[in-house]
Amino acid sequence: MPTKPTTGAPTKITQGSQTKGGIGESTLRPDGTLKVTGEFAYSSDMWHEDMLWGQILRSTVAHAEIVSIDTVEALKTPGVYAVMTYDDLPTEVKNYGLEIQDTPVLAHGKVRHHGEPVAIVAADHPETARRAAAKIKVEYRELPVITDEASATAPDAILIHEGRDDHHIGHVPHPNIVHRQPIIRGDVEEAAKKADFVVKGEYTFGMQDQAFLGPESGLAVPGEDGGVDLYIATQWLHSDLKQIAPVLGLPEDKVRMTLSGVGGAFGGREDLSMQIHACLLALRTGKPVKIVYNRFESFFGHVHRHPAKLYYEHGATKDGKLTHLKARIVLDGGAYASASPAVVGNASSLGAGPYVVDNVDIEAIALYTNNPPCGAMRGFGAVQACFAYEAQMDKLADKVGMDRVAFRQLNAMEQGTIMPTGQAVDSPAPVAELLRRVKAMPMPPEQQWLAAGEAADVRQLPGGLSNTTHGEGVVRGVGYAVGIKNVGFSEGFDDYSTARVRMEVVGGEPVATVHTAMAEVGQGGVTVHAQIARTELGVTQVTINPADTQVGSAGSTSASRQTYVTGGAVKNSCELVREKVLELGRRKFGSYHPAWATAELLLEGGKVVTDGGEVLADLVDVLEGEAVEIEAEWRHRPTEAFDLRTGQGFGHVQYTFAAHRAVVEVDTELGLVKVIELACAQDVGKALNPLSVIGQIQGGTTQGLGVAVMEEIIVDPKTAKVRNPSFTDYLIPTILDTPTIPVDVLELADDHAPYGLRGIGEAPTLSSTPAVLAAIRNATGLELNRTPVRPEHLTGTA
Amino acid sequence: MRVNFTVNGRKQEADDVWEGESLLYVLRERMGLPGSKNACEQGECGSCTVRLDGVPVCSCLVAAGQVEGREVVTVEGLADFAKQRAEHGGCASGACGTSLQDAQQWAAKGQDSQTGEGTELAPIQQAFIDAGAVQCGFCTPGLLVAADEMLEHNPNPTDADIREALSGNLCRCTGYEKIMDAVRLAAARQGEAV
Repeated sequence: MPTKPTTGAPTKITQGSQTKGGIGESTLRPDGTLKVTGEFAYSSDMWHEDMLWGQILRSTVAHAEIVSIDTVEALKTPGVYAVMTYDDLPTEVKNYGLEIQDTPVLAHGKVRHHGEPVAIVAADHPETARRAAAKIKVEYRELPVITDEASATAPDAILIHEGRDDHHIGHVPHPNIVHRQPIIRGDVEEAAKKADFVVKGEYTFGMQDQAFLGPESGLAVPGEDGGVDLYIATQWLHSDLKQIAPVLGLPEDKVRMTLSGVGGAFGGREDLSMQIHACLLALRTGKPVKIVYNRFESFFGHVHRHPAKLYYEHGATKDGKLTHLKARIVLDGGAYASASPAVVGNASSLGAGPYVVDNVDIEAIALYTNNPPCGAMRGFGAVQACFAYEAQMDKLADKVGMDRVAFRQLNAMEQGTIMPTGQAVDSPAPVAELLRRVKAMPMPPEQQWLAAGEAADVRQLPGGLSNTTHGEGVVRGVGYAVGIKNVGFSEGFDDYSTARVRMEVVGGEPVATVHTAMAEVGQGGVTVHAQIARTELGVTQVTINPADTQVGSAGSTSASRQTYVTGGAVKNSCELVREKVLELGRRKFGSYHPAWATAELLLEGGKVVTDGGEVLADLVDVLEGEAVEIEAEWRHRPTEAFDLRTGQGFGHVQYTFAAHRAVVEVDTELGLVKVIELACAQDVGKALNPLSVIGQIQGGTTQGLGVAVMEEIIVDPKTAKVRNPSFTDYLIPTILDTPTIPVDVLELADDHAPYGLRGIGEAPTLSSTPAVLAAIRNATGLELNRTPVRPEHLTGTA
Repeated sequence: MRVNFTVNGRKQEADDVWEGESLLYVLRERMGLPGSKNACEQGECGSCTVRLDGVPVCSCLVAAGQVEGREVVTVEGLADFAKQRAEHGGCASGACGTSLQDAQQWAAKGQDSQTGEGTELAPIQQAFIDAGAVQCGFCTPGLLVAADEMLEHNPNPTDADIREALSGNLCRCTGYEKIMDAVRLAAARQGEAV
């Protein structure tokens, strides 16, 4: 029986000081100037004397035995320094993976998906490397492709991975299922008898790509000590390190990693891409090696969001109360496990949404198939579920005869609600209030395309500058949705962060230096760390050191966790530094004033002050000739694994909620959709940097919009090959596709979290998609059980 | 082949250029100007936008040989370019490069390599920082060049004008709202300054 986690006392909100540039202010990014002048060094901008370029040869088929690989012609190409295949790997460790090490560094005897790395080349010019890679002859013997649940679990199905020995194999019904998690609570069969209305639905969620703009890239520089320095864009340096070092046969301290500029991530940089390949080539050639994917390769170079089939049955009484939920969520994990097990945990445990429903039977599985590997993307399993349960809520509300928002509010969870996992929600859960707020926002005016005068401004209409309508056939629709996301790594994971904080006098001023391994991927963590240091240490000058592996792990920049966990670690280390500084002050100046011993002391405005505001010493004098430095790990309260049969357990550290209202206009004749407005209300606990918070909400909302109306990686079901690996064919929202996104930020403190904050990055990506779908359904009267919606789904020509 | 052209007001010569190399590659890998970004290299994302004889182009789609004898302005030269335009009362011709002398002055300016402090910024650059329009920043250089060019010929854009002008520049982080704010802010400040 796992021990019940302690909830602990509320974190002290702040040391009480008000320092300019501290938390709660919209301070500007410390890297802003470098980013607007083009000076900021992204991983693809790295350059080194005598640098070579690496190129990866990828499989042209999805599932095949490799009969032979002939590298002779490639090696003969002038300018080529090395060609490596599986046989050239230096140690017995030839696989890697986030949780299950099932991903080959280079294919061995078999390829399991389209675009799998088979060989690597280093040459003195990228085009030389590309042409040499093209000269490598690989003979494949093709195998039948497994592309869905039926083909994966057929009795005679080829096993994607033979001889599995991971810790999920014991509880999955078929070896082509990565992980299965049921969540069972109450008595669904009994409860179903009390339902006056039952709604069943089958939903399909398409494969979404993170489509970060900075392609996978990095520079590996061989060291004189036989080690390697790797400059890389990633979401988690230390997780990469653990996977890279064993393959290279190096101890971890000989693989020195430094975070270079990261051009967005959104989950797509949780798994390794070119890291090991660049290091292998650098160590083989003795020269620095740079690898930069182009966009085509990037579509093959990282995992995607799991496409899903979701089967939902909800019941409600005639007064609108939910009676039960039966759900089955089938996620396609593709050829390798990546983060699939954790995505299954999220999809199942959050599968009921932010609603009170006492009788639940949910099952989520992830498949092994020959489709592209899928793993982490913003929203992580909760996105797919939200799309389904929110469609169900609208259908149920209609059956009961209630307003759709009122129906949700009637069933909305709140603080104290017991989740289907048995976990009590022990911090604010303002689901009904968020819906009320988003509904109360003013509606955008009708027919905005006529606002500027008599003639229609086609830019305001579906079809836009294609000039397909001047308003004929255009119908407006409104839709609502709300979602629930967990924050931080769940299910018992030791989810800690480390922060090193130093305080000293530089140039006659007290300066704090913060050093963490946190991956700044654009979210603004570096801004927030400086704010925390100012608030806790009462200084103006804060230096943020580059993230590297010379300091302890900061965990992943994912799961909306960095401000909570690494922010928490920075706060904690600052508090420890503050105690040391005060000790120092007492030692130096304690005899001059009794308050040193008796009063509560703060650091404020570069001075040591009493809580009554009396100045005791200048920090410059306290710190003269000394530096105070602390490196410490910090943990949030522990979670526990979900029971493998019932799904019961204190699995998540924090929940986060957002609600959306979408207003769309649809050209019903051509099936073109224009989203007019996507309003969002979100509880953020405490906005440490309001400008950044709103930026996150608007960005997340837009990614949800993308998968509602345009974004989908198309995989040919006959060959499992990707058909649209480019920005020509995989569309993401442009500034013309994106509406105004008014945001209403609610701040209800979670007493368990530093400053009461709530992780915010992912929640808006959940409810945005179902809100847009609901609005399109509202405009067209169509059922629309899949996303993204394409014109043919609206015109009946699909 | 050898290509002679002007970048940010400075004469440049690139040797051993392959026929297939793009202007983007030459800027990034041969000129030491990686500010123009390589997000798609097929003209879909706009992150490599530069001015070629004043006209905004995707430098990934311009063959290096095509720039022989022409003028290129990249994000690295944007501040000086905007400054010179302001001093000369704007530039409507679409062919207003930075003079060699100005470019050398620009190149000589000191700045803190860590924070970029001391850097003089174009109004559109400052507005992007102030409005929170920069997150990961990978789309930023292209957007800055495109937005600056729009404000040059349309100092009072409507929202629809801004969206139309920037529709060739993808951003994945911001949802574009803060970019709209930044361009509106730059336009408003430009209006006040006149």
